[in-house]
Amino acid sequence: MRELSLNVLDIAQNSVSANASLIQIEVNENTSDDTLTIIITDNGKGMTHEQVEKVVNPFYTTRTTRRVGLGVPFFKMAAEMSGGSFSIKSEVGKGTIVTAIFGLSNVDRMPLGDMTSTISLLIRCNCDRDFIYKRTKDDKQFIVDTRQLRTILGDVPLNEPDVLKWIEDYINENTTAVCGNN
Amino acid sequence: MKSLAELQAIRDKAKQNMQIREESDAVKRVVVGMATCGIAAGARPVLNAFVDEVAKRHLTDVAVTQTGCIGICQYEPVVEVMISGQEKVTYVKMTPEKVARVVNDHLVNGNPVVEYTIGAYQK
Repeated sequence: MRELSLNVLDIAQNSVSANASLIQIEVNENTSDDTLTIIITDNGKGMTHEQVEKVVNPFYTTRTTRRVGLGVPFFKMAAEMSGGSFSIKSEVGKGTIVTAIFGLSNVDRMPLGDMTSTISLLIRCNCDRDFIYKRTKDDKQFIVDTRQLRTILGDVPLNEPDVLKWIEDYINENTTAVCGNN
Repeated sequence: MKSLAELQAIRDKAKQNMQIREESDAVKRVVVGMATCGIAAGARPVLNAFVDEVAKRHLTDVAVTQTGCIGICQYEPVVEVMISGQEKVTYVKMTPEKVARVVNDHLVNGNPVVEYTIGAYQK
């Protein structure tokens, strides 16, 4: 992985596979603590305590095409090599919270990359699910919630090309307003 | 700045287009492998390139979707093209640059781009 937004895309797919109907992705830059925090929360089927312990092991996976599962281990490695930390909290039947904390100015922290592309791709390919994207930098924040967009759209689906284009522009403009040009 | 009012206008326009589209249901499917292996190899720009190219040409009978690990991680990014009534074609080591040709030759004109397929790579 070359950018953190790709890790987010990968981890959020796990939430989709876990039958989550609502997935929240939070990216929080805090310059005074010098941290970048990414939190992915879902209301999917959750994991048992044993599964949570095993999921950071690259040789654990639920899929059947291969015996390795690198998504979570990659994300954990990316956090730890930037002087940060990684944790998973999960409860069967309730959902999962994945938290990765990065050293914001650490030279080994991967760039966040194209989060707009990640969010729009998730919405495009999973338009039966809802997503919340929260982007925070210090005291500024913006939120996109597909449940709110649905009330405006009525029976027009979220993956309608013009709608997705609007969502992308909306995220880009608001990201620049909150974070400046990065 | 984008406003929610603008989204309402898009909705009204999309509703008209939807009625046209229902008559020509998607019969061609482009499926991009988007598991860890695909994403790490560059599947996201490939999927975006397909979406852009299909939108640019107004191909209303093409659906671009994603799937998990297809099981041939060494060939990622992998893209499968399924056209009803024809055999599935698997493209390997895809790049955004290759996408325009697949859309033009295969999806529009019905001729698979043989040199991008898994069969050509394994020789």
